[in-house]
Amino acid sequence: MALEKPYKDVPGTIIFDAEQSRKGYWLNQFCMSLMKAENRARFKADERAYLDEWAMSEEQKQAVLARDLNWCMRTGGNIYFLAKIGATDGKSFQQMAGSMTGMTEEEYRDMMIAGGRSAEGNRYLGEDGDAQPQHQPQGKAGQKGNK
Amino acid sequence: MARITASVYTSHVPAIGAALDLGKSGEDYWKPVFAGYDFGKEWIKEQKPDVIFLVYNDHATAFSLDLIPTFALGTGASFTPADEGWGPRPVPMVHGHPELAAHIAQSVIQDDFDLTLVNKMEVDHGLTVPLSLMFGQPEAWPCKVIPFAVNVVQYPVPSGRRCFQIGQAIRKAVESFDEDLNVQIWGTGGMSHQLQGPRAGLINREWDNRFLDRLIADPADLSTMPHIDYVREAGSEGIELVMWLIARGAMADVAGGAQPTVKQRFYHVPASNTAVGHLILENN
Repeated sequence: MALEKPYKDVPGTIIFDAEQSRKGYWLNQFCMSLMKAENRARFKADERAYLDEWAMSEEQKQAVLARDLNWCMRTGGNIYFLAKIGATDGKSFQQMAGSMTGMTEEEYRDMMIAGGRSAEGNRYLGEDGDAQPQHQPQGKAGQKGNK
Repeated sequence: MARITASVYTSHVPAIGAALDLGKSGEDYWKPVFAGYDFGKEWIKEQKPDVIFLVYNDHATAFSLDLIPTFALGTGASFTPADEGWGPRPVPMVHGHPELAAHIAQSVIQDDFDLTLVNKMEVDHGLTVPLSLMFGQPEAWPCKVIPFAVNVVQYPVPSGRRCFQIGQAIRKAVESFDEDLNVQIWGTGGMSHQLQGPRAGLINREWDNRFLDRLIADPADLSTMPHIDYVREAGSEGIELVMWLIARGAMADVAGGAQPTVKQRFYHVPASNTAVGHLILENN
């Protein structure tokens, strides 16, 4: 019997539940290893070789190499774990969060200073808010007629 | 006897800790955030708590995916501030209160809450940022701290109702401890924020303020709010707010006593990705 997961219809959001956690176990444990300076150094020296030490899927490795956090999350990553990659790269949490919206760092920071993203239109898939799939990427990146 | 005299609620945004540690608290961006805690800093100097029971969540620091306890009570004598990837925060060692913690474990588990007991763990910004906000940058923290780590990272997290109930059990436990101690309980995390996906940056000022109203006036009703409402209205990481219900559940009025006095209420957007909320309730 399928269990109730009422959070599947929230746009632009992947809830890290027990199922995602199962998929992302090795990806997240790889991230955890980056809390040690010696591991960060080894990862930076040869990312591919370091990733190959972990029982991650090829897709998870590609997502990490591309630093595509949305892709990492789809394959089971959790943002608090993925943040260790950002810390290794010298990125702030705001830079990491912003990178998932398609906005530039400045655009995202300005949005936050102006009061943040509105919940209007962003509560359910199918509405018309800025976090909906039809409006990605956001910011200038989405305004270049490349749809 | 030990007694819970007050509860303190605050966001625990890591960037606030970084701003303080790097000497940026006087900058225009941060000034209004820290100003919201000026009252609390003075207030706590007069209150002089002996112990703070500090409800927070670990952010993939002490607990990896190897072990995911829902409620973890710190029963050890000391807890080291962790290196979360940017180097450890330059803050003092956290000293626990093993005797009171053991007493709480005994009482709360016998009250049907199956706690995980932790004698050794590092503590991250979830615990140290609230201490910095209320105490500034002392050489040593002025009181003992019992960490209480709640899983709000991997779903399902405990319900608001369960959190409110465990708060009541913690109150009962503290108030049956023989030593004469002034104990505060802190609920931390929130307010609205989402750190992931195209919806990152979500803030809901109206909803947050309604949450504060209800937390003060009718926490029992607030505790019935389902998780999905937090996610939809306050962002995926806004779910941290269930931890505030633990502290609120430990207040005297919930056990039939007098209503608490609201000593401080503060709200500000933004601190990095997050709405900052802060409340002080004093028992009468």
